[in-house]
Amino acid sequence: MNSKTAFYIVKRLALALLTVWVVITVTFFVMHAVPGGPFLSEKAISETAMKALEAKYGMDKPLHVQYFTYLKDIVTKFDFGPSLKQRGRTVIDIISDGMKTSVKLGLVAAFIALVSGVVLGAIAALRRNKIIDKIIMVLTTAFVSMPSFIMGVLLLILFVIQLKWLPGNGNAKGGLLLPIITLSLYPMAYITRLTRSSMLDVLGQDYIRTAKAKGVSKWKIIFGHAMKNSLIPVITYFGPMLAYIVTGSIVVEQIFAVPGIGRQFVSSIINRDYPMIMGTTIVLAILIVVMNLVSDILYKVVDPRIKLD
Amino acid sequence: MKNPFSIQIDKDSYVSGADFLPASDEEKEYMVQMRPSTTFFRDGVKRLVKNRVALVSFIIIVVITVSAIVLPMFWPYTYEDMLGVQPGRPVDASYNNLAPMTYGKTEQARIEAGEKIFPHLFGTDSSGRDYFIRVVYGTRISLAVGFFASIIVLIIGITIGSIAGYIGGKVDLIIMRIVDIIYSLPDMLMVILLASVLRMTLSTALEGTVLEKIGSNIISLFIVFGILYWVSMSRLIRGQILSLREQEYVLAAQATGAKAGWIIRKHLIPNCISVVIISTALQIPNAIFTESYLSFLGLGVNAPMPSLGSLASDALNGINSYAYRLVIPAIVISLIVLSLNLFGDGLRDAFDPKLNA
Repeated sequence: MNSKTAFYIVKRLALALLTVWVVITVTFFVMHAVPGGPFLSEKAISETAMKALEAKYGMDKPLHVQYFTYLKDIVTKFDFGPSLKQRGRTVIDIISDGMKTSVKLGLVAAFIALVSGVVLGAIAALRRNKIIDKIIMVLTTAFVSMPSFIMGVLLLILFVIQLKWLPGNGNAKGGLLLPIITLSLYPMAYITRLTRSSMLDVLGQDYIRTAKAKGVSKWKIIFGHAMKNSLIPVITYFGPMLAYIVTGSIVVEQIFAVPGIGRQFVSSIINRDYPMIMGTTIVLAILIVVMNLVSDILYKVVDPRIKLD
Repeated sequence: MKNPFSIQIDKDSYVSGADFLPASDEEKEYMVQMRPSTTFFRDGVKRLVKNRVALVSFIIIVVITVSAIVLPMFWPYTYEDMLGVQPGRPVDASYNNLAPMTYGKTEQARIEAGEKIFPHLFGTDSSGRDYFIRVVYGTRISLAVGFFASIIVLIIGITIGSIAGYIGGKVDLIIMRIVDIIYSLPDMLMVILLASVLRMTLSTALEGTVLEKIGSNIISLFIVFGILYWVSMSRLIRGQILSLREQEYVLAAQATGAKAGWIIRKHLIPNCISVVIISTALQIPNAIFTESYLSFLGLGVNAPMPSLGSLASDALNGINSYAYRLVIPAIVISLIVLSLNLFGDGLRDAFDPKLNA
């Protein structure tokens, strides 16, 4: 690693930190711009009770004091305060509870998408313009155009209601199968297309021809030479893939009744549980920003030829 | 006699009467244009028409758009009429949840009396509203939201991008750092956050104004798009302008005293118009997707107005008995997004040969 790479990493790190700060700040001030405040939906509260509630949650202090307290709590203790609607629980408790299921869901989906996407992409590239390539391309085009919630409900109708093969409830045995498939189809289709085009690009390179001329076996060329280089663009997709899975799981967990963080997020929006909305947004945003950072740096480290901006 | 080394032309030997004869037909044929000269636009259209996939997608988009605009004009039902509810009579529940092509009680009676009743193609929903027209109307809303959101993105993106690219220096640096930050924000999370807050803030602010009819949710969607999605457009425009502003014609315009605004409007933007059109075409399905996603979460259009996403979301409650009510809007959304994407790809291939390499 040279000094240029180090500078790039530092720059990228600074941008990531700045982004997280912007997310926290925007979330905080946007949430406090809501008219009436978080206790509006409670049944007619007397003036004194309202005052007491606000004092309890520190909302009687000036806005900038609240902001710095909030920021300090996040940075030092990773504390997002108590939930307003689920009495007695803190936001971070609820989030880490939901995360257990969601992380499992997301990781498995990402893994399936990655493996099957690379395999399908390689097959399509090696059988270019043959019937199998055409089938793969048509299917992936369809999957890329289908929003995750549409995919989810169609799978739900097919496998749960019509065929009755799988349970529609995320808590039941095998209930996570459909949400995982739903979440993995789009990234799988995307990775397939990415792998196919970069593989085709690599297969046309001179060093592949040299290897062929030397008499290297077909499989050695594919796995030793072509695959390694054609997987580099896939690394850049790690960040966006995670972002997709996070936002996708918000609706998918809703459809399949999975007790994860996405479901918590939606119900906190419906219940106007402000600390919960803020906490979830910030935690998920940090996750996405970190993943983007990692995939960008990895991309650079794996392939030193790539020009930095 | 003229000096043989003179460079003066000997008039007599070169110009004779024969040189001024009218051209013969054979000679005229040399001047005939074999094919009319083509323009950039016509060339692109020709390439686009040749692209079968893009053409079919375009036809699908046109058919869907035209029917979404025209059908509600003469359809006998409207998207908000609850057919079972007649003034002065008890609610007729036989109109709720009608299966496709069936009729409510009073309609049955009228048919038996010999009257012709327009069929409910997709039946009715749980409140007795004709479902076909709700889907058509939802398509109209989704398309309109996608289109206007993209226009907003286009205007903001072009303005900021061209200013950053043309002025350069510190202005460019500051704008591009802001772009960097917005670009790395997790967009969907921010969209959900802003949409959920804005609609509450706006609904009180909009009361009694013209905008109330459009609904606070759609307005907040537009604002969110205006805030978040202009960045990639402005990045694109800035990159184009950075290279275009070094061209001679810009220097010529500057030399004749043209102001920056004039140069940007008359010289630079027309020259990057193909990039602008392509990325706008690809922005529309993106906006439709976001709208349906938000509607599905309950953050989209205000009831009773339907959008494809909210129709799908409403149908989720009755999914066990009325699955088709979910499948129909799902298919329409997928069809729209797919054909817009394919058409956008076709546009890019046709109008931006450089990207093709």
